[in-house]
Amino acid sequence: MGKKLLIHNDKVPGIQGLAVYRQHGGYASVEKALKTMTPDQVTDEVKKSGLRGRGGAGFPTGLKWSFLAKPEGVARYLVCNADESEPGTFKDRYLMEHIPHALIEGMITSSYALGAKVSYIYIRGEYFYVARILEVAIKEAYEAGWLGKNILGTDFSNDCYVHVGAGAYICGEETALLESLEGKRGNPRIKPPFPAVAGLWGCPTVVNNVETIAAVCPIVVNGGEEYAKIGIGKSTGTKLISASGHINKPGVYEIELGLPVEEFIYSEEYCGGIRNGKKLKAVVAGGSSVPILPAELILKTAKGEPRLMSYESLGDGGFISGTMLGSGGFIVMDEDTSIVKNLFTFARFYHHESCGQCSPCREGTGWMEKVIKKFINGTANESDVDLLWDIQSKIEGKTICPLGEAAAWPVAAAIRHFKQEFLDIARAKKFVDVSHYNRLNKVAV
Amino acid sequence: MGSEVQGTQTFDKAKRAGLKFSEEAMTTVQTIISHYPDDKRKSALIPVLHIAQAEFGGWLSAETMDYVASIIKIQPIEVFEVASFYSMFHLHPVGKCVFEVCQTSSCWLMGGEDIVKYIGKKLNLKVGETTADGLFTLKVAECLGSCGTAPMLQCGASYHEKLTYEKIDKLIESYRAEGKQKNYTDLDYKNTL
Ligand SMILES: Cc1cc2nc3c(=O)[nH]c(=O)nc-3n(C[C@H](O)[C@H](O)[C@H](O)COP(=O)(O)O)c2cc1C
Ligand code: SF4
Ligand code: FES
Repeated sequence: MGKKLLIHNDKVPGIQGLAVYRQHGGYASVEKALKTMTPDQVTDEVKKSGLRGRGGAGFPTGLKWSFLAKPEGVARYLVCNADESEPGTFKDRYLMEHIPHALIEGMITSSYALGAKVSYIYIRGEYFYVARILEVAIKEAYEAGWLGKNILGTDFSNDCYVHVGAGAYICGEETALLESLEGKRGNPRIKPPFPAVAGLWGCPTVVNNVETIAAVCPIVVNGGEEYAKIGIGKSTGTKLISASGHINKPGVYEIELGLPVEEFIYSEEYCGGIRNGKKLKAVVAGGSSVPILPAELILKTAKGEPRLMSYESLGDGGFISGTMLGSGGFIVMDEDTSIVKNLFTFARFYHHESCGQCSPCREGTGWMEKVIKKFINGTANESDVDLLWDIQSKIEGKTICPLGEAAAWPVAAAIRHFKQEFLDIARAKKFVDVSHYNRLNKVAV
Repeated sequence: MGSEVQGTQTFDKAKRAGLKFSEEAMTTVQTIISHYPDDKRKSALIPVLHIAQAEFGGWLSAETMDYVASIIKIQPIEVFEVASFYSMFHLHPVGKCVFEVCQTSSCWLMGGEDIVKYIGKKLNLKVGETTADGLFTLKVAECLGSCGTAPMLQCGASYHEKLTYEKIDKLIESYRAEGKQKNYTDLDYKNTL
C-alpha cells in the first residue's frame, strides 16, 4: 500500500461534513499556520516539499507563490482552478465531492501564505452539484470560524466563494479562467503579464489546481521535508490518477509518484488489469493532450527501463518515445481499439473547444478534425497522413495559449506510433471499427 | 447616469415580456453579486445567467438576456457575448429534459455512440432535435469529468453514469412521469449510479 495524503479518508462515513472531517485531523494546517508560522514560512515549506502543480503543467508551486507581486495597498487573490475539463480527468471532482473540506482547508492555509483576503473556486458549470457540496462546506467553515473575520483570533481574515462556469474547456487555461471569472468570454490573455503580476481584475493572483491546493494541508502539517521523502527524485509526494477505459477497475487512485506503470495497470490495488482478458494496446497517460504511447513504450522506456508514474520517467524519451504525467487522466485502450477513431474524438473535442482567437489553432483544429474524419468515413488517401502531419506541425509555438499544442500533440503521437493504422484504412478505403462491437451490451451484463 | 438609463430601458423591455425573477431567485442573485467587489458586478454574469436560464424556460431569450443585463447593470451585448460563448447556455428553446451524452474518448471506448443511437431510436430524434411533446432534447457533449463511470450522460444537474439500455429506458420513463424541467441549478441532485 502506498502512502495516501489526500483521499485516505474518502470512505469514512460523514467525512463530507465538518465535524467528522475535524475528528480526522481536519483544519490542522490552518491551526498550525496561523498560530505558529509566518506566511513566508508556509511558502518555504511548500518550496521544500517540491510540490508541483497538479493541473497539468507541473510547475513548482512554492516557486510560483514566490513570484506573486505584493504592492502595498493592492488586493491579492487566490483562485482555485476546478475547471477540470481535460478528457480523461475526474480526480478533482472526486476530491471535492467526497472530501470538500480538504479543498476549503487548503484554500485558507494557502490564502494565509499568499496574503489573499479573498479567494475564489472556479468550478466548471457541469459540476453544479459539486459546487453545492462546496458551498455547504464553506458555510460550515464560516459557522465554525475557519472562514470570515479574525480567524482563530488572529488578524487574518479570509473569504472564500464558489464561482460556476458554463461549459468551456478553455476556461481551464488560467488566463481564460480569469477572463471568465470577470464575466467575459473565456479568451486566454497574451502573457506577460502573468497572473502573479496582473491577474484577477488586474491584481496579483495565484491560480492553482484543486489537488495542488489540497496537498498544501499535509505539507504544512507534516513539514515540507516529510512530503519530499515520498515519491522519486523531483516528483515528490502523491498524485491522484483518474483511470478510465478498458480496465477492470476504473476510478480515482492516489499513488506515490514513482509507482511502476505496469503495477498501476495490472495490480489488484489499482486498475486490476485489462477487461475481458484482452491485451493492452495503448495508453494516454495524462489527459487527452499528452502523447499516446503503445503498450511496449508505456510499460518500458525506449532504453528498456521500467516506466514509472513520475514527471521524469513518463517524460523519458521526449515526444519521440515518451509522454507526460499531465493532469493524471489515465486512459487505457485494449487491443481492439481503433487509435484513429479515438484520435477523432480528441480532434473533434479540440476543434469544439478552440476559443478562435489564433488562426493556427482555430483553423488547424478544424482541418485536423476534417482530415481525420475522412479516415473514419473511409475516404482518406495515403497522402492524407502527410497532410495531417503537416497541419499539426504548423500549430505548435504559434498560438496565444497551449490549447493549440494540446490539440497538435495527440495527432503527432498517433501518427508517430500508429501510422500503419492510418495507412491501412487509406489503402482499404474502408474503416471498420472493431473496437466498437457491442461494447455496451457487455456493460449491461 | 448613463448606465442607469440603459438599465431602465432594458428593464422596461423585459417587463413587457413579463420577466421577473421569483423572490427566491432574486435573493440568490443578490447573494452572488455580493461575492464580488462593488465595481466588478459583471463577474456575477455567468452564475446569474444559469439562474435566469432555469427560471425562464430552460433557455436564454433576447428578453431574458436584456433582463439579466439590467440587473447586473451592463450592456445587453455583453450578456450576449458571454451567453453565446459557453456551451451550457441555450440560445434556442430546448426540451424540458436535455440529454447531453458524452462522446469523448473514455465514453466512446465504453460505448457512448451506442447510447446516442439508442436514445435517438427510442425517441425518434436526431442529435439536436426535440420531441414533439417538448419533453426531450438529444445533444452530444464533450468530456464531463465522469470518464471512469463511462458511458454517461448529463441531464440538468444529474449525472447518469455507467449507462446501459435498461437504465436509459428507466430514465426516460421516470422523466416522462415527472414531466418537469431539469435545470443545472436543481438542488435535487441524485447520483443515479
Ligand atoms: C487548454 C488548457 C486547459 C487547462 N485546463 C486545466 C484544468 O481544467 N484544470 C487545471 O487545474 N489546470 C488546467 N490547465 C492549466 C492551467 O492553465 C494552470 O497551469 C493551472 O491551473 C495551474 O495550477 P497548478 O500549478 O496548481 O497546476 C489548463 C491549461 C490549458 C492550456
Ligand atoms: S491557442 Fe486556441 S484556444 Fe488558445 S488562445 Fe489561441 S485560439 Fe484560443
Ligand atoms: S470522456 Fe465522457 S465523461 Fe470524460
